[in-house]
Amino acid sequence: MTDVTRAEVCAAAIADAFADDGEIFGSPMGTLPMLGVRLAKLTSNPDLVLSDGESLYLGGVPPIFAKADVVEGWIPFRKVFDVVAYGRRHVMMGATQVDKHGNQNISAIGPFDQPQRQLLGSRGAPGNTVNNRTSYWVPKHSTRVFVEKVDIVSGVGPRAAKQAGPAAAKFNDIHRIVSNLGVFDVKGDDDTVRLLSVHPGVSVDEVVDATGFDLHIRGDVPITREPTEAELMIIRNVLDPKNIRDREVPPVGAAK
Amino acid sequence: MSSKPRDKRMTIDEIVATLEDGMTIGIGGWGPRRKPMALVRAILRSDLKDLTIVSWGGADVGLLAEAGKIKKLVYAFVTMDTVPLEPHFQAARQSRSIPEICEWDEGMFQTGLVAASQRLPFLPMRAGLGSDVLVNNPDLALVASPYTDENGHHEELVAVPALRLDVALVHLNRADEHGNASYLGPDPYFDDLFAMAAEKTFVSCEQIVDTAGLTVDTPVQRLLLNRMMVSGVVETPNGAHFTNCVPDYERDEKFQKHYAASAKDPDAWAAFKQRFLAGDESAYQEAVKAFHAEQEA
Repeated sequence: MTDVTRAEVCAAAIADAFADDGEIFGSPMGTLPMLGVRLAKLTSNPDLVLSDGESLYLGGVPPIFAKADVVEGWIPFRKVFDVVAYGRRHVMMGATQVDKHGNQNISAIGPFDQPQRQLLGSRGAPGNTVNNRTSYWVPKHSTRVFVEKVDIVSGVGPRAAKQAGPAAAKFNDIHRIVSNLGVFDVKGDDDTVRLLSVHPGVSVDEVVDATGFDLHIRGDVPITREPTEAELMIIRNVLDPKNIRDREVPPVGAAK
Repeated sequence: MSSKPRDKRMTIDEIVATLEDGMTIGIGGWGPRRKPMALVRAILRSDLKDLTIVSWGGADVGLLAEAGKIKKLVYAFVTMDTVPLEPHFQAARQSRSIPEICEWDEGMFQTGLVAASQRLPFLPMRAGLGSDVLVNNPDLALVASPYTDENGHHEELVAVPALRLDVALVHLNRADEHGNASYLGPDPYFDDLFAMAAEKTFVSCEQIVDTAGLTVDTPVQRLLLNRMMVSGVVETPNGAHFTNCVPDYERDEKFQKHYAASAKDPDAWAAFKQRFLAGDESAYQEAVKAFHAEQEA
């Protein structure tokens, strides 16, 4: 298919990140993660447990941002914390910064005492990353996001977790970083970010230029798979008929 | 002698009159959801100062920061969801106008409140390990497990200190005059923990009903607060505005947008304050009504 959009490639790549998770709580933050997790549930991993992002476990798989139809459980915030500690959860968070060692920052830009730009705060990132599988979604890959060292460590990468001791490293599991340009993990030498694949139409050089640290690249880098016909049908007709995905990742070549 | 428990009804101003400079105040709800905003607005009108505010924050934190009420802020995030970044909170952080800042992980908050509610000095937790939460809160200490794990390690965990509160302020859907209170929305948040972590808890609610009325058409599991946790109750209809208080009302997105836009510009903010925050709670509610009438015109 030649008309597959970048957003659709990202959705399938995110779905793949949840394909082998089994029966755990898939917890996406943001539009494309929500789309990707629901796509995984309708294709590779029907056992995934999904929520409405508020307080209900969804029995069905409604379109993104739609209200729950069938409810299969109750997940108020206090129970989210329980599941984080229980560990049967895979969260895909955003990241204002990600560094060479897979640390993530959503707290603030600049010095903590007086930031240039205060963001949300660390939210649940410190707890997530030492308790359950965590992935990151970056809709706009750039050297501003992929930095040598994050200003503030909210989400803990594998090296920092090991340095903090066994209690921190035991359940630390930074699984994937998916951006609008490619797919990564943190299994490069010395626990560094490694390029796993580049999206169709993206060159390795493009990814390297948009990354503010030396990426671990081993051999020929594969191309991220395109969604199947069945996946495209689900994305376009079932999960996101209003095409909200293009607002987060505009089609390549579209006017900015 | 009456066998009835005492009547704890108070006015907003009576509640705020019991608060003192320098107190540690926990604010219930979550971000832009079911916040005791009528009580927060009353604090804005008061002379109170040097407060320590403990909150999973929304505009409650932004408003108190802008008014210069906060000496120390304990938070994990401050957000209004559909407006992700709270402008007053951002400005306060970027101008360093809040003297003491404690940014925790959001789960640590629950642990700290549980510790306080159980009168424990701390509870152990993984959250924080390896992150800058420990760097930026040098008071947070680690504790070694007295037991070995499967690898023979004595795991070192974060000793989350008890978040003891002088006062908790929470907003629920229904309460009786004795302080029993229920939430009717999808999430209790942590209002019971705030109440048990505090010396005194004041509950604002959409409606005060008689005790039997609390369960007449509502499952008993929705009764979140028992009166032994509560010092005072006040009926403040629309008192969580502009945060939500479902099913009574959703968040007022139009107003929130107006708040956020005004907060970014000094002149617009002065006008907002004059229009909405210069009077008492009933003046506020009238001004909100007029705002919506204007929007629809």
